Amino acid sequence: MKKIGKQTIKFNNPPTILECATIVGPKEADGPLAKYFDRCLENEMWGEKTWEKAESKIVKETANLVIAKSGIPANEIEYCFAGDLLNQCISSSFGLRELNIPFFGIFGACSTFVEGLSLASIFVENGIKHTISTASSHFCSSEKQFRFPLELGNQRPQTSQWTVTGAGATILSNSGQGPYITSITSGKIVDMGIKDANNMGAAMAPAAFDTMMTHFRDTGRSPNYYDAILTGDLGYVGKDILIELSEKAGYNIKSVYNDCGVLIFDKEKQDTHSGGSGCGCCASVFSGYLFKQLKEKKLKKILLMATGALMNSMSSQQGESIPGIAHAISIEI
Amino acid sequence: MEFLCNLNWIELLKCFLVSGVLCVIGQILIDKTKLTPARILVIYVTTGVILGGLGIYQYLVKFAGAGATVPLTGFGYNLANGTIQAAKEDGLIGAFTGGLKASSGGIAAAVFFGYIASLIAKPKIKKQ
Repeated sequence: MKKIGKQTIKFNNPPTILECATIVGPKEADGPLAKYFDRCLENEMWGEKTWEKAESKIVKETANLVIAKSGIPANEIEYCFAGDLLNQCISSSFGLRELNIPFFGIFGACSTFVEGLSLASIFVENGIKHTISTASSHFCSSEKQFRFPLELGNQRPQTSQWTVTGAGATILSNSGQGPYITSITSGKIVDMGIKDANNMGAAMAPAAFDTMMTHFRDTGRSPNYYDAILTGDLGYVGKDILIELSEKAGYNIKSVYNDCGVLIFDKEKQDTHSGGSGCGCCASVFSGYLFKQLKEKKLKKILLMATGALMNSMSSQQGESIPGIAHAISIEI
Repeated sequence: MEFLCNLNWIELLKCFLVSGVLCVIGQILIDKTKLTPARILVIYVTTGVILGGLGIYQYLVKFAGAGATVPLTGFGYNLANGTIQAAKEDGLIGAFTGGLKASSGGIAAAVFFGYIASLIAKPKIKKQ
């Protein structure tokens, strides 16, 4: 691999995204991408006693599913990269405790899915055969941890986003027919002083802008190199901000750009306010929808940019601003 | 039917008007400011305490009855009122005990019904 520019790594033997799997909750199953998901749950609890247990089960079953779909024996998968939104990443570690694969728990808030893929692809480039990466989120456990418990029944403001219930899992391999992860651009922490935990799109958009511009600069590419540029979960508010920031910088991304949080729910019918969010948003939209589009060559070159808001409930209560981050990977076939 | 005939409709209208306006103010605060619902709740109680302490809120109570005492501001008013009353009767000790004494019915009911609700209801996902 080769470092190009400031923040980008270009791979000599790009890892193949061998297989993807995704399991989502009932609200996601009512959305426009339902037919692309491997499994849609009828109930957020999935027969478990707590939201947290349900989320762990989603992680576990998604990992099992992707391993089964790939046909690769679990003992040949050498490393696992996983993360979620709950304290100490318990959804991943509890969900994957029986997996028996060397495990890296990672936290990048909602950017975790692409962070995991970035790290895994560096491993694969350097001689590892197969890796598995997962990322998950759950609406109910997230509301409880980051905002208010559901029992309180309070209203969500219009700028707030709906945390996706779901998980995505991917297997990277050093051999295969693509789609390939050709380069990664790892983001810096960008904090523009937004303090509202109910307006995370606005907090994360500047980070997405920074990573995207750096990617173009490092690689010498422009927006029209890609068939699609996708952010993880900026939602409606953040999406508009990113388009505006890009326009001011002289880039017109409107025709190729979209956001996973905008794609996953129907704006009119589902009223999520400002769209979807969470690790599971980017993970399920990529693992379900985008991966299939790449496989069928409907999309050939995409820039996937997962965005994360790096706050916790304590920092919000103490009035801190929300640092944002965005990690990008370019995927080509 | 007799019950309906005996209702003072004007009183009822005043009651709903005042509590409705209090709710509208809360809704505007949720929609137009970055205040969290918990903060709005605290603002309502303290506003009730201040207006009660200054003797302003009692006019609203006289005008709208339960329309002013049932919303959260009414709880604050009750705290202030109880404190002032008890302070007049029992002095300094009253200033400490009066507020909770006056509002004890509301507090105990909240704990009791909250407990009952937690036994019979389970939290579910929101519709929106």
